[in-house]
Parts: sequence; structure tokens; C-alpha cells
Amino acid sequence: MSDLFVYGLRLGDDALIAAQRTAEWIAAAPQLEEDVALGNIGLDQLGQARSLLQYAGTVEGAGRSEDDLAYFRDERDFLNVQLCELPTGDFAHSIARLLFFATYQHLLYEELRGCADETLAGVAGKAVKEVAYHVDHATQWVLRLGDGTEESHRRMQAGLDAMWPYTAELFASDDLVKRLDVAVDPSTLEEEWLSRVTQVIDESTCERPTSSYQHSGGREGRHTEHFGFLLAELQHVARSHPGASW
Amino acid sequence: MTDTAILEAVGEVADPEVPVLTIADLGVLRGVRHEGDEVVVTITPTYSGCPAMDLIKHEVELTLRALQLNGRVETVLSPAWTTDWMSDEGKAKLTEYGIAPPTGRRAVGGPVSLSLTLRCPQCGSPDTTELSRFGSTSCKSLWRCNSCREPFDHFKAI
Repeated sequence: MSDLFVYGLRLGDDALIAAQRTAEWIAAAPQLEEDVALGNIGLDQLGQARSLLQYAGTVEGAGRSEDDLAYFRDERDFLNVQLCELPTGDFAHSIARLLFFATYQHLLYEELRGCADETLAGVAGKAVKEVAYHVDHATQWVLRLGDGTEESHRRMQAGLDAMWPYTAELFASDDLVKRLDVAVDPSTLEEEWLSRVTQVIDESTCERPTSSYQHSGGREGRHTEHFGFLLAELQHVARSHPGASW
Repeated sequence: MTDTAILEAVGEVADPEVPVLTIADLGVLRGVRHEGDEVVVTITPTYSGCPAMDLIKHEVELTLRALQLNGRVETVLSPAWTTDWMSDEGKAKLTEYGIAPPTGRRAVGGPVSLSLTLRCPQCGSPDTTELSRFGSTSCKSLWRCNSCREPFDHFKAI
């Protein structure tokens, strides 16, 4: 497996699994406008995933399409961070995740759009503008819930606390990102990420979580117990009717 | 057939989600080139996940076939589409259709974002409120006019 293929999978799997979880809110969000908003955000993430997985398939050169990579790989073959696969949970949990993930993606794509790989730069240049809207949306909700009622504040804080132990994995550096010259070493994004999310959390009157324990393993294909269920739903139709089109 | 004539013909393909606009108005149609005896038309999506792209691609292929041209359609991502590419004619058509056209600036900034006011495409009043930054398609946000009380879509700047 080439480094570029693995790197494409990492970025593509993050976007794909985030899209799947975001889309679970459609018809279940607190208000109709939110169904629409999260539906659109999920669609952006899915669009990014398609471009990235299609590129990974081309780089691999084994004839696998974006669909083959999304539907016919097993749990351990997916390289997304665990943050993306956690269950939707309370609405505030999902909003906390969106704040953390979109802020990370925004910083990542800003860097990646200047990289020497034309395709990755193209995907990033397009995605960075979409993700700016995701960050904005998450920010507005964190402020509204955190600085809202006693109950909304409590739940926003609980959401931030629940997602926090999964954030360090976003910034974990390894040999691959150091070797691959077009890759962005995510550890270089952490300081700015921390400053941006801290600003939002402070303003929301919540407290930045202090938990020091951090989960990891997603980039090596080790996932939480929730991930198999997510894949079952994502892949069920394609695997039951391989090759079907409609 | 000249490139200009080809672009004019395929440029007439309508956006399936905002049928009042053609792909030329939107700036989705990027260009045409020749590879041997093959005509290659390039298009770019408004948003990464735009579900209309497959249909647009298909319609362009049908148009090429109707012109008896041997051609194909290529999707490119770079340079990234921007609302700046929308033609003035396209913006005028949008307003007439009841959708507020994109303004020059994006209303997304630091942690507290600034909302810029828009004129209601129905009654022209500037007294309008943004209901949601996301609307019926990826490229639109949802607004309401406080004067005539009509909700309306806004083609958001990106």
C-alpha cells in the first residue's frame, strides 16, 4: 500500500463516516431547519469523501472505485479517527463533535490546498469554503446552548466532555505523514485548533474539558464497538445486492 | 463547429434544482477542448456533494450527441467554483424567480458571525431575517421578509 493511498483513505474515511453520522439527524433534529442544515453539512462531507476515495482508488491502481472502498471494506480496513464514528448521542454531543471536527478540517484543508498534489489541493480548495459554514453552524449552536438555560448549558458541557477524549487522535503525527511530502502533518494544526475551540467554549460560558485520557487507534484500523453497527447500516444494501444500480 | 458554438449549445442546459438558471449562467460550465476527434466539455460542481452533477453531465452528453459530436464530459474541482462566476444575467433571473442572488461577501467570520441584510426578492424590503444558513439545496440559505412575511431562498456567497 502506497503512502498516498493510505493518506487518501484517512482523509476520505474521516469525511465518509462523519457524513454517515451527520445524516442520522435528518428527520430527528430539534427543528426542521436543523434537519435541513445537518442534511446539507452531511452532503458536503459525503461529496468530499467521494472525491477523496475516488482518488485513493486511482492511486492504488487496483481498479477499486469510491463505492468499492466505501461498501466493500471491513471494519479494520477503515482508517478514520474514532471521533467520527461515535454515536450521535444527545444533540449537544453531535454539535460538540461538529465543532471539533469542522475546526480541524478547516485548518487541514487550508494547508492542503497549497500542497503539490493537484487532486488533493483541488479537493481541499473546494472543501475549505464548505467547512467554513460547518464551523460557523457548530459555533452558533455551542454559544446558544452553552449560554442558554441551565439545562442547555449542562447538556452542552456534557457533550464537550464526552467528545474531548477523542480529539487528540486528530493531531497524532506518524512516520507516514512525515514521509509523504504532500501530506499535512496534523500535529502542526493543534495549537491553532486549541485556540479556536477554546475561544468558542469560553464565550459559550462552558468550560474546556480537562480530561487527560485520550483514545486512539482509528488510524490503525482499531475502532470503537459502535463502528461495526454503523458499517452494517452503511453497507447493507450494497452488499446484499452487489452491482445493483438504480 | 466552433468552440463558441459548442459552448453556447451546451451552456443552455438548465440546472435541475434551479431550472431558471443555465449551467452557463451559474459558471458550472468551464470550457471545451479537443482531444483528437473527441470534444471534451469540462464542468465543475457548485458544492462537493452537489447531487445535480450526474444529471447535468448526462444532459450535456445528450446535447453533444444531438449536435452529432463525438464527445465526453469531464468534472474538474479546481479552480473551486465561486458565486463570483455567476453572470449578471443569472443574478437578474434569480431575483425574478424569487431567490435573492449572492452578494459580494460571505457572512461567515469569527465566533460570532455577522449577518448582512438582504433585500426581499418579492417586495424589495431590506427588513429581512436569516432563518437558517442552510436551505433547500447546498447552495442556498433560508430567509424571511419581515415586511411581506414571505420566506425566501438566498443563493449564498461562497
